[in-house]
Amino acid sequence: MRGRPIAVGVAALVAAGAVAPLLPSYPLTLLTQVAIMAVLAMSLDILLGYTGLPSLGHAAYFGTAAYAVGILATERQAGFFTCLIAGVLLATATAALFGLVAIRATGTYFLMITLALGMVVWGLAFRWVSLTKGDNGIAGVPRPDLALPWSLAAPLPFFYFALLAAALAWAALGTLARSPFGLTLRGIRESETRMRALGYDVWLHKYLAFVISGGFAGFAGVLWAWYNGFVSPVDVQLVTSVETLLMVALGGPGTLAGPALGAAVIVFLKNFVSVYTKRWLLILGAVYIGVILFAPRGVLGALRAPHR
Amino acid sequence: MTAEFWVTQTFNGVSYGALLFLLASGLSLIFGVMRVVNLAHGSYFMLGGYVGLSVVWRTGSYVLALAAGALVLAVVGMAMERLFLRRLPGQTLGQVLMTIGFALIFQDLALLIWGGDPYAIRPPSMLAGVLTAGPGRFPIYRIFIIVVAVVIGAALWLALDWTRVGAMIRAAVDDPEMAQGIGIRVPRISLGVFGLGAALAAFGGVVGAGFLGVYPGLDFEILPYAFVVVIVGGLGSLPGAMVGSLLVGLLDNFGKALFPELSYFTLFAPMALILALKPTGLFGRV
Repeated sequence: MRGRPIAVGVAALVAAGAVAPLLPSYPLTLLTQVAIMAVLAMSLDILLGYTGLPSLGHAAYFGTAAYAVGILATERQAGFFTCLIAGVLLATATAALFGLVAIRATGTYFLMITLALGMVVWGLAFRWVSLTKGDNGIAGVPRPDLALPWSLAAPLPFFYFALLAAALAWAALGTLARSPFGLTLRGIRESETRMRALGYDVWLHKYLAFVISGGFAGFAGVLWAWYNGFVSPVDVQLVTSVETLLMVALGGPGTLAGPALGAAVIVFLKNFVSVYTKRWLLILGAVYIGVILFAPRGVLGALRAPHR
Repeated sequence: MTAEFWVTQTFNGVSYGALLFLLASGLSLIFGVMRVVNLAHGSYFMLGGYVGLSVVWRTGSYVLALAAGALVLAVVGMAMERLFLRRLPGQTLGQVLMTIGFALIFQDLALLIWGGDPYAIRPPSMLAGVLTAGPGRFPIYRIFIIVVAVVIGAALWLALDWTRVGAMIRAAVDDPEMAQGIGIRVPRISLGVFGLGAALAAFGGVVGAGFLGVYPGLDFEILPYAFVVVIVGGLGSLPGAMVGSLLVGLLDNFGKALFPELSYFTLFAPMALILALKPTGLFGRV
């Protein structure tokens, strides 16, 4: 099923990989950002698009992983595998803990609870100064040394690294979405009561989706800490969660490729607009309102299906 | 831990809770009638503070600042409801994204108009000063906040429970369709409640500018507090907002005083506990 989006996605990945060596460093870093943010957006899509759970605290998992990498890499000189595993595990554990509270709730309550839980992480990042350095953030996070001929410190090798990571995450999440587990999630999105009547453990499926989604957000956070070399409360703040939500809504929830496209649009828009004007937030706000009014099912959703 | 510590912290917690009540009661009412999670609610609080500030600069009148802040934001809130949110009935995610869009626009506009410096509204001289009684020292301004919150809380409660309009609002909360069916103009009620909620938040913003100050980022800083209050108390419940604000005010103050580095945690962990035991909050209905 859905052969076309996959083909388009693969073509986009190959095209990005082929064009990359020809690009100056600024567009290249933007493309790297897109790749990382695409992972974050796709991870949220598992919750929002496939399971129908709108999380407003997704930056929490992204951020805890980024902080884990930041602290381990600067204070312990931890290497590639330690950082990767610690970051993803910590994010997964955070999601496993928060999920216990959040999954009990539905609809509006779910939104508000995930927002509040996200703020817990923000509050810790901001106030637990002895661990996180508070508002100053953790600077000088080194990129890992993979013992390859190319150092990841240079933009081009790191771009390929991020692109490969994004492709792997896409493949993994796509497989998940098409698996019986993913189909059950979609069933829950459409009708929880019906799935329960069919004998599915709805709570467990939602909980697992929540945890898996958090784990992949953590994967994006690990990449982000390496890419940015700097971790601060900005990475866990509400606006980051909300931007991720917009990426998914903009691209089209429940499509994976859509949120990745949404991530690309937002990253480029953000960077280009902020070159010309300081009023970035004003424009971003207008984008939110415009998307909701004119393309409520996202760009891909609006393109793909005629009116239901 | 002297007696003075406990008295002072309890008093500070109660007065902060009083301020939170002004903010959260509006959020709770709006949710009750319209089922909208309004993420721009913190922005009303901040903008109210800024409008009040400008009025104080021009006229020097604190009372006028309170009135202007509430009035201007009531109009803003009603415009948001009438022109935008009404187009998205029942679309939780759409409403959330839209109110976030407004929150971002408001944040940037505030930065454009009032700049990035923090300001404070100096309360009138009759509210300045400190009352000393026994082991505690009580700033008069904080006593004033508590009195204001009690008066407004009582007025809201009386209006909701004893007046015709209040009965119509309660009917709209219970079952909008049925209320519409028996001739209550639910859209008009929604508009009014949205305006009232925004005005309450803005009023709180002007009052809050007297001791928290008003600065960029205040909107998203105060918003989670309002959310925790209504989550703990139960969405759409006025008694819930009262109890929730008091609880959150106290928890926040003692958390900050006793465990400064984990203060957010001490606020949110009890919330998680309450939710685990009663998912709709203390006073919430299903």
